[in-house]
Amino acid sequence: MSDQHSQDHGHHDTGHAPSTFKGYMTGFVLSVILTAIPFWLVMNHVFASSSTTALVILGFAAVQIVVHMVYFLHMNTKSEGGWTMLALIFTIMIVVIALSGSLWVMYHLNNNMMPGMMPDSAHAIHEMNDMP
Amino acid sequence: MSDITATSAGAMSANPSSRFYVSEHHPENGTLLGFWLYLMSDCLIFACLFATYAVLGRNYAGGPTGAELFDLPLVAVNTSLLLLSSITYGFAMLQMQRKGLRNTLIWLAITGLLGAGFIGIELFEFSHLIHEGAGPQRSGFLTAFFSLVGTHGLHVSFGIVWLVTLMFQLRKHGLTPANNRRLMCLSMFWHFLDVVWIGVFTFVYLMGVLP
Repeated sequence: MSDQHSQDHGHHDTGHAPSTFKGYMTGFVLSVILTAIPFWLVMNHVFASSSTTALVILGFAAVQIVVHMVYFLHMNTKSEGGWTMLALIFTIMIVVIALSGSLWVMYHLNNNMMPGMMPDSAHAIHEMNDMP
Repeated sequence: MSDITATSAGAMSANPSSRFYVSEHHPENGTLLGFWLYLMSDCLIFACLFATYAVLGRNYAGGPTGAELFDLPLVAVNTSLLLLSSITYGFAMLQMQRKGLRNTLIWLAITGLLGAGFIGIELFEFSHLIHEGAGPQRSGFLTAFFSLVGTHGLHVSFGIVWLVTLMFQLRKHGLTPANNRRLMCLSMFWHFLDVVWIGVFTFVYLMGVLP
């Protein structure tokens, strides 16, 4: 493993795979497609339901982020002995916790602070009374 | 006292082979990994701003909504400018690998111009919003919007400053190993900003205009 790594270093002193024209063009074409479809979906009101549209365009964004990571940022499990990938995975974990945690906490805060203004207020108050 | 000195000196000299020698290979140059770690920490800043926008994004305080404010064709132009600047930076990196200094500089200049166009359109959009009375102080939604998109715009602006500086260094010193390393760091920075922009146009603009 470490022998393999030092050999790689002998060839390119950065330890990164060399970029190719084909790789950049593949990434670019995929990105254009993955950008154009969400804009088309939203601007032409293709789906009647907002939540369907939101889910679909979020899916396209996730795929496009992976495309950028692979073709433009040259992410792979080998570069820098796997440390870039490890840092990325850790960051994604923190980002997911920060985003989903904030949304979760604030949604419940809104529901519980203003029970009278929610459509399911009777249910919310009932739940609050049940709490110890 | 002298005992301790003797033992520690003995331990130091006794086996230089097994205990203190680390056989694992360390890269001579950790700059790229370090820069990647910086980008990951930058990612956390954007995560906080995205989380803020996710929480406050619909708190209009009786003011204008995203659907009323956002001009999607303009956002599409902006997105394509940034995407094009990503691929032109890629071409600059390819020219760097072929040791073509002149072509590298040309592609870098095109990248810088596309980035400047992006910033120009964003500033135009911001001034238009503020002129309409939809400044960052109008509502929670607009505060979160200006913080998130403004922070991204600031990053791109500093990227352009870096790019111009690097062009002068390249003209002065040529494609030296140090300059190649700087070009690679800026490449990661530039593509990373494009990744953040994917989140911005999807989450802020496209989902903001949904009814």
